[in-house]
Amino acid sequence: MNPLMALLPPLLLIPFIIVFGEKQRNLREASIVIAGGILFWLNLLILQDYTAGQRLASERFVLFNELSIYLNAEPLGILFALLASFLWIVTTLYSIGYMRAHGEKNQTRFYLCFALAIAAVMAAAYAGNLFTLFIAYEVITLSTFPLVTHAGTEKARRAGRIYLAVLMGGSIVLLLPAMILIWWLTGRMDFVSGGVFVDAEDNALLILLLMALVILGTAKAAVMPFHRWLPNAMVAPTPVSALLHAVAVVKTGVFLILKVVVYIFGFELLSELKGLIILQLVAALTLLLGSLIAMTKDNLKERLAYSTISQLAYIVLAALLVNPLAADAAALHIVTHAFGKITLFFCAGAIMVALHKKAISELSGIGRQMPFTMTAFFIAALSIIGLPPLAGLWSKLAIAQGALQVDQLWVIAVLMLSSLLNIAYLLPIPLRAFFAKTNNSSQLALKEAPTACLLAIGVTALGCIALFFTIDYISLILKMMQ
Amino acid sequence: MEYLGLFNYWAVVVIMMSGFYIMIARHNLVKKIIGLSIFQTGIFYFFISLGKVDSGTAPIFVNQQTGEAVYSNPLPHVLILTAIVVGVATMAVGLALIVRLYESYGSIEEDDIRKIEQKDFHDDADSY
Amino acid sequence: MYSVHFPVLIVILPLIAAPLCIIARHSFAAFLIALTANSISVLLAVAVVRRVIDGSVIHYSLGGWIAPTGIEYYIDTLNGVLLLIISLLSFLALIFAKDSIQQEISKARHYLFYAGWLMCLVGLLGMVITGDAFNVFVFLEISSLSMYMLIALGKQRRQAILAAFRYLMMGSIGASFILLGIGFLYAATGTLNMLDLSERLPGVGQSRTVLVGFSFITVGLLIKTAVFPVHSWLANTYQFAPSSIAVFLAGTATKVSLYVFLRFFFHVFGQDYSFAQMLLDNILLPLVVIGFFVMSIVAVYQTDIRRVLAYSSIAQIGYIFVALIMATESGLTAGIIHMINHAFIKAALFVAAGCIAYRLGSTRIKDMSGLVVHMPWTTSAFIIAGLSLIGIPLTAGFISKWHLIAATIESGWWLIALMILLSSLIAIVYIGKIIEVFCFGSQPNSQGRAVIQEAPLSMLLPLWILIIISLYTGINADVVVSLAAQSADQLLGTMQ
Repeated sequence: MNPLMALLPPLLLIPFIIVFGEKQRNLREASIVIAGGILFWLNLLILQDYTAGQRLASERFVLFNELSIYLNAEPLGILFALLASFLWIVTTLYSIGYMRAHGEKNQTRFYLCFALAIAAVMAAAYAGNLFTLFIAYEVITLSTFPLVTHAGTEKARRAGRIYLAVLMGGSIVLLLPAMILIWWLTGRMDFVSGGVFVDAEDNALLILLLMALVILGTAKAAVMPFHRWLPNAMVAPTPVSALLHAVAVVKTGVFLILKVVVYIFGFELLSELKGLIILQLVAALTLLLGSLIAMTKDNLKERLAYSTISQLAYIVLAALLVNPLAADAAALHIVTHAFGKITLFFCAGAIMVALHKKAISELSGIGRQMPFTMTAFFIAALSIIGLPPLAGLWSKLAIAQGALQVDQLWVIAVLMLSSLLNIAYLLPIPLRAFFAKTNNSSQLALKEAPTACLLAIGVTALGCIALFFTIDYISLILKMMQ
Repeated sequence: MEYLGLFNYWAVVVIMMSGFYIMIARHNLVKKIIGLSIFQTGIFYFFISLGKVDSGTAPIFVNQQTGEAVYSNPLPHVLILTAIVVGVATMAVGLALIVRLYESYGSIEEDDIRKIEQKDFHDDADSY
Repeated sequence: MYSVHFPVLIVILPLIAAPLCIIARHSFAAFLIALTANSISVLLAVAVVRRVIDGSVIHYSLGGWIAPTGIEYYIDTLNGVLLLIISLLSFLALIFAKDSIQQEISKARHYLFYAGWLMCLVGLLGMVITGDAFNVFVFLEISSLSMYMLIALGKQRRQAILAAFRYLMMGSIGASFILLGIGFLYAATGTLNMLDLSERLPGVGQSRTVLVGFSFITVGLLIKTAVFPVHSWLANTYQFAPSSIAVFLAGTATKVSLYVFLRFFFHVFGQDYSFAQMLLDNILLPLVVIGFFVMSIVAVYQTDIRRVLAYSSIAQIGYIFVALIMATESGLTAGIIHMINHAFIKAALFVAAGCIAYRLGSTRIKDMSGLVVHMPWTTSAFIIAGLSLIGIPLTAGFISKWHLIAATIESGWWLIALMILLSSLIAIVYIGKIIEVFCFGSQPNSQGRAVIQEAPLSMLLPLWILIIISLYTGINADVVVSLAAQSADQLLGTMQ
């Protein structure tokens, strides 16, 4: 099947969203869930065709002589598309409860931009060359901008400004010239296994520079010092923070880096590069600093945002270890972290809807009011930390194996340290919720979020557990990469 | 002697530069236009003197004795006729604008106009 | 069989139509005359472009006098395409002007406006089409003189007149310098035909006469193209001119001056003389780099939408210059691509600003808050064109930027590439500021004025045609890129 088909459900959905509008909310949201279902099914079909050994590429659309746009399905992309489309359904479910309970305005615009962003994520997942991925990247930035500024307050607008400035600025000033340079050096930008560079001994420095440009320019991956936009973007409604700023948008960033490492430079070329250690250190620093800053944040969503920054750095670091094992681990971590973090954000949103609380210090004792939500939070937190029997364990383990493969023992030390930090900033939240003393008697009554929200939380929390047992399937998909 | 032989260019330079100086140094708009006109006239002289040939006449005269025709190059003259027309038109537009400026600013001194202009600008800014 | 005379008809028709407008003395009649003449020019330009698109060259001798005795019209790919773009932009701007000037100019003067417009068009087309150096000066003055008049018609009368007067002083100096330079070239070579000049100049290239002529022409053209230190006339003219004139000016006038720059320095003098020998690139590079950088920053602090666009124009001209003075094939290609793309983008932005001014009665950015609700078509067009100006992928601006960066890298001008990228970040700021006011500003206070409506169809139509053109050239860029590459080849190669 043509991967172009994957763009259709979210794009065809847009007229439906506009037609139904605010008047027929149920129909509007039902259409989104249906489109999400179709999209997920299409992605499964693509996976099936790919497993059957078909080559799945769309027509090339030529912009001018050398530059073309085309889609080409490969295991990394299929995995990413499956992940995003599945979580889109869940998030829509969650949004229905959240947006209505919160009485948010301009819901039609919200769903419209959301669908557009998903379409762009699909294009990014199946991008056949760097240029296509770059375009999808920019479209994601633009289509999520109205979501960040959704509230329309001065704070939201300021966040929107930072969002646009950092993401767009990074991509234009660093990523675009990197792309042009790659094209200028090699004359091509297609993702091919082994990379597009033929001989690179002469310009090792240039390649290092390119790699640095890509990693820093992909501001969506939130490598420090380009991370500031993410905590700021937390003013967006929670479904946006959950799907886009924990999964789709940020993962597009790391996905781009992973793709560039695997398919543009190739392991062989990069593993000979001495200076790569600098970039690895930058990623490791982001990893640790992100966790440390997260500990200081009292706003729940902001803490989660910094946690995301730290977790994204895992993936970047894994990608930079440049070996097949570590690359698989990076892809794996994209999936496991997605389930964990989206659950955490869902829970944060549920607390906001039900109890109107945003700060962690206010959460004492809410475990009695929201037992279901906080249990889910606990499970997801454990998954992020990487404890069995939860999915997060596998990806962390895989990253460590990847590090061993290239004898980078310090990476394992960083991972261990960071796991400790994860415990320190994540676990106190459910503990406080369940065990902290409260003398407020009103806090004893059950007061959960809307059912739609709980359903979504349940699905993703169960996903964290289920993935622990089914991780082999994902590894199988990734195996096809070679 | 070599430089004296080029006296026509010296004249052109002096005329042009005095015109240019007037344009820059004078604050009266009419004087500026006069400066522009002098400046352009200098260019006209330059062209005309280019076409001059010693003892040359207009190209319609033929020397009766020898039958030879020594005449100045007519092309620069033609060009300058056009340029003069352009110059006159420029001056007309410029002077017309000055009349309008005088009507709306009440002055043709650039300093006065600039003061009013700045006031206009601040008025714009104040109405925010 | 008449098609031989198409080149001259392109210029002559508006020239004949201009006095007809004055005879008509009626607003709408004059509009129809102008529109008809202009649309025929567009069609003729299409016919001419079809003949030069394969890289062939048209020589048309005026009145049958063969060059170099007579004046010759010389059309290759570059000026063929420019002829089409100028006449097309003028046509679209004219449709826009019909309603736009109702508020700006008293009805009794409309016929003069249209007559002036046509004369200006004649001048611009003539500058592009002619192959005679002196003719360039004449047409330059025709367009400039009518432009001074048109600018002075602006709504804020006295500021507009002052802007026109200052432009007149600067423009006349520039034109006089060009005239003087041409005089020196004539003194050195004895010819005014550009082809002839390009053949004879290498023989006398070392003489001081040519050097002086070169310098005068350079300075004159820099003034006319509003390069950094001599750019001051541009901002005021764009701000205070009638909206439609700002569109016309932004889309065409500076581009034509850029074309003359190309024609003189690559074609007449030849790139060896201009760049290898005279080091024009070393002289201009600091100016244009400071220009585009500083002017982008200045644009951020403007409070008037048209002033923002004006400073942005100066910055964009800087980009084009950077590309051109690389004097490499990819540099020239990039410059020409950006010339074409920017003409459409900036025209669209000014049309959108004009639509807003028409309904809002103001061009101050502060007054435009929440406008997206009231004028969705206009503001969305502005946003698309703005994104194109920034250089978002799949817009025309991106194609320009891609080629620009690629060309600077190819020339090894790393620092310049960085500067261009940084200054395009600033473009995000100044366009983003406006878009933010459009979309997220509080609703316009409707005290004392009726609810703002969407602009009339006659203004939206040209706007969206411009947007569609610039989107199309962003997606199917091959047309523009190959035309630009062919033009660059012709400019760098030998004449034939």
